[in-house]
Amino acid sequence: MAEPDDLKAGAAALQRFGLGPKPGQGEAMRRQARDRLLAEIDFGIVAQPQGVPFSGAAEIGKALYAFEDDEKREREAKRASAQQPAQGMQVANAAQPADAQPAAPQNQMTPPRKAANEPALPYRTYREEVKARVDLALAAETGFAERLVMFWSNHFCVGATKSNMSRIMAGTYEREAIRPHVFGRFEEMLVAAESHPAMLDFLDNRQSIGPNSPAGRRRGRGLNENLAREIMELHTLGVSGGYSQADVTNLARIITGWTVVGREGVLGFPGSFAFNAGLHEPGATPLLGRSYDQPGRAQGVAALTDLARHPATSRFIATKLARHFVADDPPTELVELLARTFRESGGDLPAVYRALIGSDAAWTAPASKIRTPQEFLLASYRALGRQPDFGQIAGPLATMGQPFWQPSGPNGYADSNAAWASAEGIKTRIDVAAGWGRQAANAVPDPRGLSEDVLGPLLSSETRQAVARAESRSQALALLLMSPEFQRR
Amino acid sequence: MEHHDDDDDCERMTPSRRAVLGAAGALFGWSFVPKFAHAAAGSRDPRFLLVVLRGALDGLSAVPPIGDPDYAGLREGIALAKDGPEAALPLDGFFYLHPAMPNLARLYREGRAAIVHATATGYRERSHFDGQDVLESGQSGPGSTEDGWLNRLIASLPAGEGISRKGVLGVGVVPPLVVRGRAPVLGWAPPRMARAGIDLTTRLADLYGQRDPGLAMALQQAIETEGLARRSGMAEPRGGGGPDTADGMRRIAEGVAGLVGADDGPRIAALAFEGWDTHANEGGAKGRLANLLGGLDGAFAALEQGLAPVWKDTVVMVATEFGRTAAVNGTVGTDHGTGTVAFLVGGAVKGGRMITDWPGLKPGQLYQSRDLAPTTDIRTVAKGVVADLFGLSGPVLAEKVFPGTGELRPMQGLVV
Repeated sequence: MAEPDDLKAGAAALQRFGLGPKPGQGEAMRRQARDRLLAEIDFGIVAQPQGVPFSGAAEIGKALYAFEDDEKREREAKRASAQQPAQGMQVANAAQPADAQPAAPQNQMTPPRKAANEPALPYRTYREEVKARVDLALAAETGFAERLVMFWSNHFCVGATKSNMSRIMAGTYEREAIRPHVFGRFEEMLVAAESHPAMLDFLDNRQSIGPNSPAGRRRGRGLNENLAREIMELHTLGVSGGYSQADVTNLARIITGWTVVGREGVLGFPGSFAFNAGLHEPGATPLLGRSYDQPGRAQGVAALTDLARHPATSRFIATKLARHFVADDPPTELVELLARTFRESGGDLPAVYRALIGSDAAWTAPASKIRTPQEFLLASYRALGRQPDFGQIAGPLATMGQPFWQPSGPNGYADSNAAWASAEGIKTRIDVAAGWGRQAANAVPDPRGLSEDVLGPLLSSETRQAVARAESRSQALALLLMSPEFQRR
Repeated sequence: MEHHDDDDDCERMTPSRRAVLGAAGALFGWSFVPKFAHAAAGSRDPRFLLVVLRGALDGLSAVPPIGDPDYAGLREGIALAKDGPEAALPLDGFFYLHPAMPNLARLYREGRAAIVHATATGYRERSHFDGQDVLESGQSGPGSTEDGWLNRLIASLPAGEGISRKGVLGVGVVPPLVVRGRAPVLGWAPPRMARAGIDLTTRLADLYGQRDPGLAMALQQAIETEGLARRSGMAEPRGGGGPDTADGMRRIAEGVAGLVGADDGPRIAALAFEGWDTHANEGGAKGRLANLLGGLDGAFAALEQGLAPVWKDTVVMVATEFGRTAAVNGTVGTDHGTGTVAFLVGGAVKGGRMITDWPGLKPGQLYQSRDLAPTTDIRTVAKGVVADLFGLSGPVLAEKVFPGTGELRPMQGLVV
């Protein structure tokens, strides 16, 4: 028999670690919360979204290059007919250099205009990837594994608005680089993320050239240290992790040649990852006091592996995990526990999650964190039992400031109340919740019953009363979704 | 609460709801008190706007030192020229302005814009996020993100004075760090969808008042700003680009001007434009950076127009976390650097001049042989502006607003 306290702790844990209950999951789930969470870790596999247009980066690459070739032909045809209407002569191609990227506005996603009201391929693909990953999160039992996917996807974030390639590949990136490694070892996810075409495009490494490589000597082009810096600052050691500008430049040298196969497919399938020796800076390169003299791609893998095992990385990851799941200022003992587990297990992520779920701190800390907009959206649609279309996902998330895979920088979306529980942020949420209440009003006959169902022992008498006294069903639902118990986890 | 419902409790207004409304009413009430001259700053009713450019603006492209013999060689294909079809705009014969910024060039000619070059905060690493935290927290190093210097500035003004009571405006769904802290923060973002009705908002204010002080505070501030926006007659266009597009920058600037220009509006505001991290294909007279600079230039025009009645008392300061490498990198862009530019624009600016101790661009003159060396600490500029605008003393600036900066004297004579 579960005591009332256990039920309440279970309810709190499902909100803290999961995506919130669906109607009818109720007491059984709350009673078994800890076991269910641990069972997801033991299962060790994250589901993959279904019904996506392309299975992987290689398939996407082929389609993307074909799409870009079509666009280019169209542009040239237009230019030709505009410039020389009377003659059939070909107009000399004054196109940009092959690697020039279209200037895409970041941080927003206006579908490129297309003749027949049909958005262009990259945006269409993004749309379907978002829909598929949201469907998965709405179907999940507790949502714990999906929360871990969201955490790691944000840790190793890419931005879908940088280029056609990053837009069309953002969903694939999460499927290929993040999901398979959420219950694996950190260093595997690290290598998968840094070598994925979406990341190499997002942080410019596909264009970085070793100055002494064959291509560097021939073309006089050189390094781009963007990815190297963010690997150390944001993905592994953390900004105070003890590296220098020289280390940044050296890591950039080490990972020269990590690039994306071009449309000719010389080094593999167009659009997939390739190590291009012709771009790689030759020779041994020092990093953080060690020398790396491995040949080719192995040099970068060795450097990343050592970064993954660096003590600063264990502290950085432990702090971020504890901050995400427990509190903006997480208990020091919890951070130390997670960091120690990370180190001693060699970055075995399931071991770290078990330490988190097993810790008292994670169960007794008050529900202080406000749900991020994405968590709020998923928890709301789960509670309301709705299957949103793409517009019902993308619109509210853009309004609340957290569309999928579009952070304003490589540090990802913020993870603090200061960011999300702002005056404007709360006001915007109310607007969104009012809209959801209106949409769901007919489908939810009894908002009071739904409140009892999804909040259970967390439901306060004040919220119960506010829902009961609402002027309409839609307002009652909005009050439920905006109640402190629903907003905080 | 004109609704009817079969729940007989629904018409009753609980004490806590009254309390919340009462507090909001009091905040509005202050705004209707007629304004009197501020003792500290003469008869001026000043406005100060801080624009943070996130991503690290390339100062050598925005304000190219074309007169420096080493400039063109470092910048190769993206170097700007002083003549030709896409010529940079002349400033003082040595420095030029990017051709995407004709408004700023005009403001400079009219004496309403000054440009600080080779400037930086005290931060000397190259992390965007730490760099922005230092710029916005006003602390000497990263790691302190509890509050920002504009919030502490407001808190340092005499209690009961109009400026401090009106709070500081932070633009964006996520407010910038520079405005966060204990003093009242108002939030606003360009609206993107229909707003919820007042009744729902009031009920939530009531519920939060009983259950959740943090959410109650946030909502109360939002209610206040919304009322202000409505009273100042601001239109609510929806949709449009984000803060890294010319369209988004203009809409944000228009909104801020509407709020800050209102009689009872905040006097101090911070906003952020994004997208300045030009590692690859930065472009020269045209291209990615040019589009962004054009957006910033359009925002200047929108602010000048929207704030016209108070423009003579306005200073807009534009700053970024650090600059970019002096030389172009391997991908026709620039990597993270150090020294860069800052802009001061507005009717209260003593402008028409470059403010710089130019370090030169020869290898030995660059910071760590790679970046424009910073010779002016941006904090001396910020201190100089707010000292003159708000009558803050040196010690307050050195201890409260920018702690531990006693050795950095406020720059004199920036404000007319």
